[in-house]
Amino acid sequence: MKSGEILTKRNCLSEMKIGETAVVERLLIHGSMRRRLLDLGLCEGSVVKCVGKSPLGDPSAYLICGAVIAIRAADARCVIIRGI
Amino acid sequence: MGLTASSTGISASDNGLVVKKRSPNDKIIAVAGNPNVGKSTLFNALTGLHQHTGNWPGKTVASAQGYCKTEDFDYVLVDIPGTYSLLAHSAEEEVARNFICFGGADAAVVVCDATCLERSLNLALQVMEVFPNTIVCVNLLDEAKRAGIKIDLALLEKRLGVPVAGTSAHKKKTLRSLTEKLDKVCSGEITTNPRKLRYSEPIENAISIVEKVVVKRNSGQIPARRLALMIIDNDASLKEELRNQLGGDFFDEELDAAVSEAHRTLAEAGITTEMLSDKIVSCILQNAEEIAHGAVSQPAKKLPKIDKILTSRALGFPIMILALMVIFWITIVGANYPSEWLGSALFWLGDRLSDFFVYINAPEWLRGVVVDGAYRVLAWVASVMLPPMAIFFPLFTLLEDLGYLPRVAYNLDKPFCKCKACGKQALCMTMGFGCNAAGVVGARIIDSRRERLIAILTNNFVPCNGRFPIILKIISLFFIGGAIGLLGSFLSAAALTAVIILGILMTFVVSRILSATILKGEPSSFTLELPPFRKPQIGKILVRSLLDRTIFVLGRAAAVAAPAGAIIWVLANVSIDGASVLSYITGFFEPFGQFIGMDGVIVTAFLLGLPANEIVLPLAVMMYMQQGVLAEIAPSQMFELFTANGWTPVTAVCVIVFTLMHFPCSTTLLTIKKEAGGIKWAALAFAIPTLCGIILCAIISGISRIIA
Ligand SMILES: Nc1nc2c(ncn2[C@@H]2O[C@H](COP(=O)(O)OP(=O)(O)O)[C@@H](O)[C@H]2O)c(=O)[nH]1
Ligand SMILES: [Mg+2]
Repeated sequence: MKSGEILTKRNCLSEMKIGETAVVERLLIHGSMRRRLLDLGLCEGSVVKCVGKSPLGDPSAYLICGAVIAIRAADARCVIIRGI
Repeated sequence: MGLTASSTGISASDNGLVVKKRSPNDKIIAVAGNPNVGKSTLFNALTGLHQHTGNWPGKTVASAQGYCKTEDFDYVLVDIPGTYSLLAHSAEEEVARNFICFGGADAAVVVCDATCLERSLNLALQVMEVFPNTIVCVNLLDEAKRAGIKIDLALLEKRLGVPVAGTSAHKKKTLRSLTEKLDKVCSGEITTNPRKLRYSEPIENAISIVEKVVVKRNSGQIPARRLALMIIDNDASLKEELRNQLGGDFFDEELDAAVSEAHRTLAEAGITTEMLSDKIVSCILQNAEEIAHGAVSQPAKKLPKIDKILTSRALGFPIMILALMVIFWITIVGANYPSEWLGSALFWLGDRLSDFFVYINAPEWLRGVVVDGAYRVLAWVASVMLPPMAIFFPLFTLLEDLGYLPRVAYNLDKPFCKCKACGKQALCMTMGFGCNAAGVVGARIIDSRRERLIAILTNNFVPCNGRFPIILKIISLFFIGGAIGLLGSFLSAAALTAVIILGILMTFVVSRILSATILKGEPSSFTLELPPFRKPQIGKILVRSLLDRTIFVLGRAAAVAAPAGAIIWVLANVSIDGASVLSYITGFFEPFGQFIGMDGVIVTAFLLGLPANEIVLPLAVMMYMQQGVLAEIAPSQMFELFTANGWTPVTAVCVIVFTLMHFPCSTTLLTIKKEAGGIKWAALAFAIPTLCGIILCAIISGISRIIA
């Protein structure tokens, strides 16, 4: 499911701070989760905004395509982003 | 929400959708859309049915059908579970796709969310591609308007090439534009001309290779071009469905050869199978964006302020607990008086009924079976159990309609993840408060089978609507001293909340144990949508859920409690060797009852309560009375009755724990068997909580014996 490439630098979705906006560069995730994210409108080039974190820090909430979606850090780590 | 049998799973329809037309001229309309866009609300408004709606994705997990009449046609509407796409990855999406592709619908209505139209259009475009006779219904217009979103419906219509109707589903008159367009499409007055999606060069080439073969055969309703693409996209479940629908010989050598060639063309252009799916999806998304561009003006959306508080580090959890307590408190205070009034009225009526039997010289046994047996238990259920059930239910539904439940799942995901389960399990868990069977059916929203089974097996650790009044009653009898007055009701609510939290902790513990033993595995990925808070339809909810719940409980009481009461009366009054049959039965369970801190009567009551938990306490009362310690008591004398039969505070604690942890009711067990696919799971669902309850109760009574 998840790529072996674990990103720790500040260029993946999981590292976003609340209020930050970014553009999706690449999805390193495969299988059904990839399809689900694509269906939700998270594909290369789409804009995401981090809008909140849950009380225990994980998952986080992102504004994607006009809807607020919670994604766990383990998955968000596999979505590469760049600033705009 | 477990209001009716139809939502408790016994009759919830599954994958095989069978549409029942009332006359051959009926037009079948498929109602599709993303989760939580108001499909069920729309469906209800059009058909006059009461499908349960709720403000969270996954509320509708089974399909429903209803009828609707306009000037021109009679329609059969089919409410399909919400999906994000037709590229089927989950069971629900498969149901949706199969129904739209092969269900024989005359038209499809794709309900879209005006506040996030782009994503909704993603699905609409997919549906239009496989099913040209589509109408796009832009719902939630009122909410969009409030958020300052402007939508140019005429421009959308032009760009999409299919009729577009704007609605606010719970305002009936806004639905006229939809039904008018439906009539026009079905009569042929409007012919749809759906926007063509163009893919990149290599994909188009691949499509035309396969399309050439597909057009030569009957492909049902699906346009050949789209079918070709679906075949190239190589979806195993689709292939099987195509074989079923279009004949086993659909895939012959010619087609296989064409598909291989198409794949070769794609590979030459450097497009692998996975990339193909990506490319298809991003092409659709791009189209959705183009269509929305200029037709929708959307101000930047933020997570509502209130969410910052509800999910904040400091207040997220305290607010959840507080919400639960407030609901319980209102239930306790609200149920107090109706319970008393109902009690005295029903017992007065019982006496008159008894007089009547005496007056007509009916035999004593008949009076006993009907009045002392059946009627009495019924009266106890109605007076002691019904008021809290009927008050809690609408309150809970309000919270649900408001959109709070997904926040609970969001807050609790981390602990569930630690237990290697899915955060959406919190949604099933909260549903369990209403009805465990509904909670079990609700587990369909969890995609991973392993995690779904965990959710199903642990659902019973949340006391359902039929069980928490037992806990409540015993708390107020033994620990609060009547629960009257502000302090009393507050303490009762707090104690009840503590019991619920114990149940939730057990859910975590058992989930963790299950994922380390029979359901080994790692937590899978998931996404959870947090819908905006919506103003609940308060009046409607109050009336509907209060009425529905009352009727449901009374109906079940009549069907289950009355016969059980009659049987107990007979058992208590038929004696062998000078002792009643009932006393043999309770005597048989006495040692076991003592071992777990209770007695034979309580154990017998729990066993007889298998069909419906709300009869457990009334049956226990009935058995004590029949065993003659106190022959005549009013509901207000329950405490005296229990203590006269040897109850101590330890007994009370054990009964509370066992109420929280014992086998689910028979309806839930049947639902589990069906949802989990096997009697084995139902047996596990029976055994796990029962064992937990027995062990805990044995420990509690053991410790109390040592101390004493
Ligand atoms: N304001 C507003 N709320 C709506 C409208 N349609 C549905 N809702 C609410 O949206 C929520 C989801 O509706 P539901 O019918 O259960 O959605 P489904 O999952 O698509 O079946 C419920 O809380 C409804 O009361 C609408 O047109 N306007
Ligand atoms: Mg629904």
